[in-house]
Parts: sequence; structure tokens; C-alpha cells
Amino acid sequence: MSNEPVEQQTVLQRVLDDINFIMMLGLVIPTVLYTLWGVMEVASLPIAR
Amino acid sequence: MAITTAQSPFRTDPLTGLRIDLTAQALVKTNAVLAVVFLLVGGLAGLLVALTRWPAVHLLPADLFYMALTAHGLVALVVWIVFFEMAVIYFCATSLLNCRLAAPKWAWAQVVLMTVGTAITTVAVLQGESSVMFSAYVPLAAAPHFYLGIILFAVGALIGCFVFWGTLVIAKEEKTYEGSLPLTVYGCMIAVVIAVFTLATGAVILIPAFLWSLGLIKSVDPMMYRVVFWGFGHSSQQINVTAHITIWYTVAGLAFGAKPMSEKVSRTAFLLYICFLQLGSTHHLLSDPGLSASWKIVNTSYMMYLAVLASLIHGLTVPGSIEVAQRRNGLDNGLFEWLRKCPWGNPVFSSTILSIIIFGFIGGISGVVMSVEQINMIIHNTIYVPGHFHGTVAGGTTLAFMGLTYYLVPVLFQRQLILKPLAAIQPWLFGGGMAVFAVALMGAGTLGVPRRHQDMTFAGQALAYDYGGMNQLLMAIGEIGGVISVVGGAAFILIIVGSILMGEPVPANAKCIVAPPADAGGHKKIGMGGFEAPGTFVLALTLFVCLVLYYFVNFKYLATLWPLT
Amino acid sequence: MGYSFTAPDKNWAREPIERTEILWIIIAGSWCLFMFVWMIAWHWIGNQNMNTEAYKTFTDVYAKKTEEFTKQYTVRQDASDPSLPVVAPPPGSDVYIAGSIFQWRPVLELQKGKSYRLHISSLDYVHGFSLQPENINFQAYPGYEQVITVTPNKAGTYGIVCNDYCGLGHHTMLGRIYVKE
Ligand code: HEM
Ligand SMILES: [Cu+2]
Repeated sequence: MSNEPVEQQTVLQRVLDDINFIMMLGLVIPTVLYTLWGVMEVASLPIAR
Repeated sequence: MAITTAQSPFRTDPLTGLRIDLTAQALVKTNAVLAVVFLLVGGLAGLLVALTRWPAVHLLPADLFYMALTAHGLVALVVWIVFFEMAVIYFCATSLLNCRLAAPKWAWAQVVLMTVGTAITTVAVLQGESSVMFSAYVPLAAAPHFYLGIILFAVGALIGCFVFWGTLVIAKEEKTYEGSLPLTVYGCMIAVVIAVFTLATGAVILIPAFLWSLGLIKSVDPMMYRVVFWGFGHSSQQINVTAHITIWYTVAGLAFGAKPMSEKVSRTAFLLYICFLQLGSTHHLLSDPGLSASWKIVNTSYMMYLAVLASLIHGLTVPGSIEVAQRRNGLDNGLFEWLRKCPWGNPVFSSTILSIIIFGFIGGISGVVMSVEQINMIIHNTIYVPGHFHGTVAGGTTLAFMGLTYYLVPVLFQRQLILKPLAAIQPWLFGGGMAVFAVALMGAGTLGVPRRHQDMTFAGQALAYDYGGMNQLLMAIGEIGGVISVVGGAAFILIIVGSILMGEPVPANAKCIVAPPADAGGHKKIGMGGFEAPGTFVLALTLFVCLVLYYFVNFKYLATLWPLT
Repeated sequence: MGYSFTAPDKNWAREPIERTEILWIIIAGSWCLFMFVWMIAWHWIGNQNMNTEAYKTFTDVYAKKTEEFTKQYTVRQDASDPSLPVVAPPPGSDVYIAGSIFQWRPVLELQKGKSYRLHISSLDYVHGFSLQPENINFQAYPGYEQVITVTPNKAGTYGIVCNDYCGLGHHTMLGRIYVKE
């Protein structure tokens, strides 16, 4: 089996194969877009008159 | 390739040819058996709940009803499913990567922590002071050990995730496989990433709730709680979706020798899951005060519906790959010959295909529509919601897990299934009952019937609201479907436990991968009109039309309501 | 090689995509984009949107406001439950309703076609505000006050059901709104 050098693989394939990068994405995106943004919205509600 | 490390002996499974790490096998078996036991417990609680919500039966008094509902939600949704998922990820990471399991001691700690956690929380619920539903919205207080048990359970599950991850690392270092991860293992990896986010979020919210129940902190803000809680509660459902889709792919491969139509498309779809699926947690907060439309829209649409696109892709490509495999095997006539000649009586296949159909047509369509920011106002907290998620997590996930179990019992326990005729109809009972249950509840929910409610007739109340005969009928039909599905669930447990204990040994020459020469026919022209999977395409278009129609029907109804601004 | 459970071909990302999938991705993707745009557009073209006006409050403050509001506009006691005041606020005014175990107070009387600024909050636990048979549902929290402008467009007697679990008497938690011609 001829081992193709890593450079020959598409960027997409390298990204998808990089499990640590996937882990990073999967933790950061929801934490920022859902949790932090959501909590900030609640925290920034004004006090009722 | 035959490196057998001292600490971890392997056996080569005669059925599948897989090389199986014996430690991993013991862990897979233990987790799977515990899962099935808890499915029994959860199912019984579900039966009690269903018999109470059936207006003519109205079985339990309020305190027991809310207790049973709390138990049902926890045990069916969390315990059964997560134990099974642990079995799946251990199996895939070792057997499919031809690798030993990393840190078996930690894996046993996972089993112990999850079991002990379940026991503690179950006791708390049965003691009656913790009928707070699995969501336990503060300031509704449960006993401290209710939270403690869930926390231990979650820690156990997190350890399981790290064991899986460690196994991937070892497999790569020891070069037990070449190139990229198999798609099945890849899907498990995606599920595990979502699980890590889920469990970390769970810790962030359950630990304060626990401390509050002990009196160590004064209060937990109810709205903050709900925002963070659903980052845990809903994301855990996204683990299930990813896990059962992975199982669909696996079974398509195992039972038909199907090849993913395109690795690129399927894996990219998984990437969309990683990026956006967890944003769906917002679905629970669409009718909540004060959260901006931007936050709701970005999150509820999973960033422009990109994760919905991913699900629609998986929904096409799994049956599509089966179609291609069947056509290559000669079933290439007309649109649907490949489908007609599928092994409908084989529970591995029928569970999987029913799971795909129920998840897509019931869970999927309703989910997309109810998560529209404005539509949510007309279903929020109604019985529509349980209708929807029994389509996803019972008809979808649970049924897919059942299908895989039928496959794995002969592999792991080396026993044949008993009661084969019952096994042939079991997925139809469970899935069919669930479909009736889900659709009827969605109907009643559309008409306003509340969820988590012991008496929709409001007997003896001065301000009683009359939901009308139609709703009583819908609830009755739904719960009859529910009872049928409990019968199906019981049949499953009987068959599986019976097979493990009393099944005939698997004969030496049996094979259970139906591996046809999928690649051999690789250049033959199949399909119609330039489409390799025209039948699947037609089915997908049917789903599409249903979705579009249902979407607009809901908006038309919404437009008749009291104007709200 | 190349089943879902075996390693894929070395350069799988270079394999062409089959027509069935390409066409489906185009159709499904376009629909996804449409749904996204439509949900945003409904904020302008639709009449049913959730106001995001809301405040942090305190349960005792909100209880007091509701009580004062009730005193000011009470017109009679309810026929079904004489212990409950029926409150008929003038159109356009601020209307307060509070959930607590196990009731929605006070009973409101509104006029068809008129708009009201309806405030919703809870005095103890998390409750569900479910207006029947319209089937409009909101989440109500202690400590948070939501304001939403409602315009009843049909006359009749409406029930308010609590549809989020709030304790063992949850299923007895009700309220009422009358809408007069
Ligand atoms: C075996 C047949 C089953 C029956 C008859 C059944 C029936 C029910 C019923 C009647 C409810 C109550 C709805 C309400 O009043 O709000 C319910 C709730 C629920 N069910 Fe099931 N169910 C079954 C299986 C499952 C499975 C397999 C799962 C998960 C894997 C599941 C997860 C849930 C959850 C999470 C809830 C919501 C609990 C809550 O509101 O806190 N069910 N089920
Ligand atoms: Cu309530």
C-alpha cells in the first residue's frame, strides 16, 4: 500500500482527522454562543421600576 | 499485526472476524446489561405514567404520579441511554480499531460511579422528597442526595469519555489502524466531544444546586439555572442523536455491507454537528422572558440551520448507502425493489429502519417546526413536547440501540437469540406503539394539553378549564400506543436477557457480517436517471414535502392568534 | 475496505460526490436558508412575536405591584370562585398577573381588540403560563418580570393553566381571563 504523504490530503481531510481540534471546536463554540452569551443576557436585564 | 499485550489478551470473534479485547468485552457486557436492566425500570415507570395520563384509567394519585414521572425521565432518558452509550464507545474504540482499552481500571470506576449514582438518586426519588422532575428547576428543592447521585453519575460518564479518548490516542500511537478513523468510530468521537461539553455544563449547574440543597449557598438564580441546565439537558440529547446516527451507519455496514455514499459528505456533516448541534439547547428557552431575539435565533437555528442540514444529510445517506449496496447485489429493478427485499423480519434491520423513519418523520419534522422562535409559543410545555421527544429518543435512539443489541448479543455473549418469532415483531411493537403515542400526544399538545400534569380534567376546580372530548380521545389513543410500546419494550428485555442466559451457543461456522462484494461491483452502472439511490431520493423528497407543509400549516395557525408584541 | 466500520480509503476527501447527495444537499440547504430568513422576517411580517422586554425584580415587589393593581381596578368577585377578584383595567394600561402555588391571580377582564401591557411573573417557583384555548405559552420565573403587549382578538372565557411542574398541586393551578366584545 503506497503511503501518500500527508501534504497530499486535502485541508478538509486534515481538519476532520484532527480530533483535538474537533474537541476544541466542540467545547468553545457552544460555550461562547450559547452559555456565555445567554448568561450575559440574563445578567444584563434591568431592575424593574 | 498480532501483537497481544500482556495485560490485555484478545480473542478473535468467529462471527465477525473482529479482534476483541477481553477487558473491553467485559466492560461492554457490563454496561450493556446494566443499561437493559434500567430500561426495564424506566419502562415500568413509563407505564405507570402513561396509565395515569390516560384519562379513563387515571391510575396514580398526584404524589405518586410526579414521583413516577421523575423516575421515568431520569432512568429512561439518562440512565438507560448513557450506560448503553458507554458500551457502544468502548466497543467501537477497541474492536473496530483493533486496539486494547486504555486505562481499564478507570473504565471500571465509570461503571461503579454510574451505578452508585443511579442507586443514590433512585433512592432519593423513591423516598418521595425529590419529585422535582429530572430538570429540577430551582427553587424547587430535592433532597441533597438527589443531586449527589446525578453528579456521581456524570463524573462516571466523563471518565468513560476519557477512557474512549485515551483509547483513540493509544490506537494512533501503536498504529493499530491506518489512515483516518472508521466512520463509526468517528461518529462515536463526535458524540464523546458533545458529551464532554454536556457533562462539564452539568457540573457547572448541578454542583451549585447540590450546595444550595445542603444550605451551603443561599440561592441559585432560577433563570440562570434554566439557561445553564439546558446546556446540559439538551446537549445530552444531541449525544443521543449522534450516537444513534452512528449506529445507523454501523448497521448499514454490518447488515448490508453498505459503504458510506461519501465519506466526505458524512464526515463534514459530523463537523457541522460539532460546531452547531449543541446550540439547540436554546429550544427550551424560546418562550422565556428577556432573552434577545438574536440569541434565540442564532442558537435555535443551530446557526442558520446548518446542523439541521447535517441531519437531513445523514437521513439521506444511510438509507442511500443501503440502497446502493442492495442494487449492487442485483436488486436494481425499479425504484423500490431494494427496499421491498430488505430483511424486514430481521430485528437488527427492522429496528434500524424504523428508527430512521420515526426519528425523521416524527421526531425530526416536529423538532424543526417547534424550534422556530415564534412557533414555540404555541407548543411550549404542552404534551406536544413529550410527543416530539418520544419520537426522537424512544422511537429514534432507543430503537436504534435495540437493533444494535440484537446484533451484539451473538458477538459478545456468543449466544444465539431465543424467541426469534417474537424478535421479528418486537421492533414493530415498540416502534409502532411509540409512533402512535408520539403523534397522538403531538395532536393533543397542539390543542393545548399540558405536559407533566396529573389531571387534565381539573376535577373539582372552580376555574376548571375544559379541554374537550377530542383531547381526552387523543390522550387515550396515545397512551394505548404507549402501552403497546411497553409490551414491545418488555419483549425486548425478555429476548435479550433470555438469550444471554439460555441462548444456544453460536455455531462455529456462522457469519454475521453479510459482506457482499460491494467493491467488486464498483464500476457497474446502477440506479436510474444518473442517480445511484433514486428510491431513497424519492423518500427524502417525501419527507421534505411533509416538512414544508407542516411548517406552513403551523404559521397559518399562529397568524390567527392574539397579536403579541 | 471502506465499510462504515473499517478505515476509509486513504484520500477519501478527494472522492467525487454522487448526484443523489449533491442534489439533496442543494434542496435541503436552500430550505434551511429559507427557514432562517423567514424566522427573522416574521419579526416584521408577523403579528405574533415575543417581546423581549423583561426586568429583574423581587417577588415581594412584584406581589405588591399586583396587589395595588388589583385593588385599583377590581370590578366584582368571580362568579365561579367568589374569593377571586375580577380586575378590569383600562385599555392600554399595564396589567399584572402573578403565579404562585397554586393559582394565577387576579382574574382579568379585557376588551376585544384593545391592547394591554401584560406583566407576567411568579411569586415562588417556576410556573408555566398557558393561555387556553389560544394555546399561547410562556415560562414564568420568580424574580423576573416579563412584559408583553397582547391584543385579544376573540371574545370569550380563557383559561390559564400552569404547564410547568411547580409542586404536588401543580395540576390544580389555574387562572382566568374574560374577553368582552
Ligand atoms: C416504553 C414506553 C414509554 C412510555 C409508555 C412512555 C410514556 C411517557 C409518558 C406518558 C410521559 C409523560 C408525559 C407528561 O405527562 O409530561 C413520559 C415522559 C417522558 N419520557 Fe417516556 N415513555 C416511554 C419510553 C421512554 C423512553 C424509552 C425514554 C427515553 C429514552 C423516555 C423519556 C421520557 C422523558 C425524558 C419524559 C419527560 C419527563 C419529564 O417531563 O420530566 N420515555 N413518557
Ligand atoms: Cu404552577
